Amino acid sequence: MKTLGRRKFLKWLGAAGAGVVMSRSRYGHVAAQTRDTIKIGFVASLTGGFSVFASDAARSAVLAVEQVNAKGGLLGKKVELLVRDDQLNPRVGAQKARELIENDRVQFMGGGLAAHVQMAMNEQTKKANMLFISCSMSDEITAKPDGSRLTFHEGLNPTIVARSIAGWVAQNLGKRWWVLYADYAWGKQLLAGFSRVAEQKGAAVIGSTPYPLGSSDFSGYLPRIQGAKPEVLLVASPGVDTENSLKAITSFGLKKEMKVVHPVLLLSSTKAGGAEAFAGVYAGAGFYWGLKDKIPSAKHYVETYWAKYGQPPDIYGGYGYGSVLEIMRGIELAKSLDSEAVANALRANPTYDHYKGKQWWRTCDNKSFQDQLIVKPRDPGKNEGEWGLFEIISTIKADEAVERTCAEKGWA
Amino acid sequence: MTLFDVPLMVIVSQAVIGIALGMIYVLLALGLSLVFGLLGVVNFAHGSFYMLGACMAFSLVTVTNSFWLCLLFAPLLIGVLGFGAERTLLRPLYARGGDDPMLLTFGLSLVFIEAARLIWGNAALPFETPTLLSGSVKMGMTYLPTYRIFVIVITAVIVGVLWVVLRGTNFGLIVRAGTNDPLMVRALGVDLGNVWSWVFASGCVLAALAGVLAAPMRRVFAEMGLTIIIESFVVVVVGGMGSLSGALVAGLLIGEVASLTALFAPKMADIVIFIVMAVVLMLRPRGLLGEPGLME
Repeated sequence: MKTLGRRKFLKWLGAAGAGVVMSRSRYGHVAAQTRDTIKIGFVASLTGGFSVFASDAARSAVLAVEQVNAKGGLLGKKVELLVRDDQLNPRVGAQKARELIENDRVQFMGGGLAAHVQMAMNEQTKKANMLFISCSMSDEITAKPDGSRLTFHEGLNPTIVARSIAGWVAQNLGKRWWVLYADYAWGKQLLAGFSRVAEQKGAAVIGSTPYPLGSSDFSGYLPRIQGAKPEVLLVASPGVDTENSLKAITSFGLKKEMKVVHPVLLLSSTKAGGAEAFAGVYAGAGFYWGLKDKIPSAKHYVETYWAKYGQPPDIYGGYGYGSVLEIMRGIELAKSLDSEAVANALRANPTYDHYKGKQWWRTCDNKSFQDQLIVKPRDPGKNEGEWGLFEIISTIKADEAVERTCAEKGWA
Repeated sequence: MTLFDVPLMVIVSQAVIGIALGMIYVLLALGLSLVFGLLGVVNFAHGSFYMLGACMAFSLVTVTNSFWLCLLFAPLLIGVLGFGAERTLLRPLYARGGDDPMLLTFGLSLVFIEAARLIWGNAALPFETPTLLSGSVKMGMTYLPTYRIFVIVITAVIVGVLWVVLRGTNFGLIVRAGTNDPLMVRALGVDLGNVWSWVFASGCVLAALAGVLAAPMRRVFAEMGLTIIIESFVVVVVGGMGSLSGALVAGLLIGEVASLTALFAPKMADIVIFIVMAVVLMLRPRGLLGEPGLME
């Protein structure tokens, strides 16, 4: 009798105890999700060719979250950023996004630097009705069929970049242009943007050379360009190609005969390529840390990033910072964790300034409009410290006129 | 005067650039051709030794400030690495035959890439043209960079040296005999084991040398070897596996074809080398000057 009673009692106690523990942990888990933290996912290409830019963006996003948490968090809770690596692979990006959504239960998504990866991520967030603010440079993400009411785009896109820069070039550098461009979507979109503005401003694209993306040797494309004698050479060579193309252009003497323009120049490429290859090139840049002397929000961003990470942030860092701060601003405005409410709140209060001056959301396609810079890498020996590689020549103010209209993108 | 709407001056400049480009291809292919011709091993790590040569040169230049010193020492250091790799990793696999040695080199290439990222970081490494060789020579309406002329000259010298070593020295004799008939050579009392390590190391030295020479012209980063290994294979296949003179002829041919294609059909510039390879394989599968063995 006693033995049975004790055994039974112990068994019962054990079962009850296990039940309490399990239910508490589930409860505790749920408490962590809905009570204690707000979770934002951030998927970026931390390994592979984009790793330098992706880590810039991810680190900026982490900084943004830390800064908000230091001020007490949002809606009384701390914000948690979950960073994942998409390995520059759309399938992996989609998988990580899905895991973040389903397993980690994030409520919002950021990241998506590489255009093709961001598309895959966007499919996941659309399915989950989740707000996604993308950091890529892509025309498609804000147009039909890929865009959505919950898909926002913080970064510049090829159309805006091409048309703004072309306008500046036509006014300041010359009217006869040759375009050397990478033969894929990005390059072709830039060519289209340059050509369109050329017509409008009385300039002319006298010829263009499509080169296979990833070419290691650009010497073969140059004699033809030299033979045509353009006033300006626009070089749309992304990523790895930037340095290879500019090295060849420099060593083959083209800079003596024409002005060279590059639409998107990153600090890391310039540092790697060396002053000789980049000197004298006019370039577009979404951001440069030198803005800290002119814009208070830039000063705050640059100084806190530099203090934490030992080097200045660059263009993609800015996108990472701005996009995550916008997610958080939307949450604050909407006083809600519902993606649609946050999206509506952002559209209702579209103007913001986190790190580069005034930016705003265009409400029909969730596109962020922002200023761009024309920079010029300094001559060899003229750098201001290890990172003072650029001189800011001009600021191109944000203008909805240089982007495709919402009608052109398929939105009514 | 124009051809297909392109001025003759441009075509001439393009052809000269083709020679410069061709010599770079030759340089890249030499190491691979040597190792495959003599060891029968396709060295998939050829591209990573090239990359390690460039990265090592970057480190040496930072320390010594002399391009010439690192041109000499970076390949030698990488050669030592190659020697060690052959001795410890590759040699045990020869007995197994089949594709095991090749698979090992493939694995090595992956390991080297990650190791390079760990040592030198994720960002690309800056490498300037040495001041003595910067500047360019005016050639018609284009400028040919002095540095590229230097590359042409030094590649020709390397090919010459290799030829002399293989034809004119005892070591070269053993190497050539060992390729033709390793059993007989062993029966004659020659230890081929070390010979193989030296040959592999030489292949690595050549790859690394190509890397150092390429550094001022191309972006230096962990994956830089991945594209060139494909280009090297094409040259080796077109020239004939194991034929050094074949590598020379094929490199120049492919360089010229690539350059002229860049002029008339730039979109095809990267693909055209594969078209050449396909044509050669269809018409003359052993390559232009191919025959098992060397310099034939």
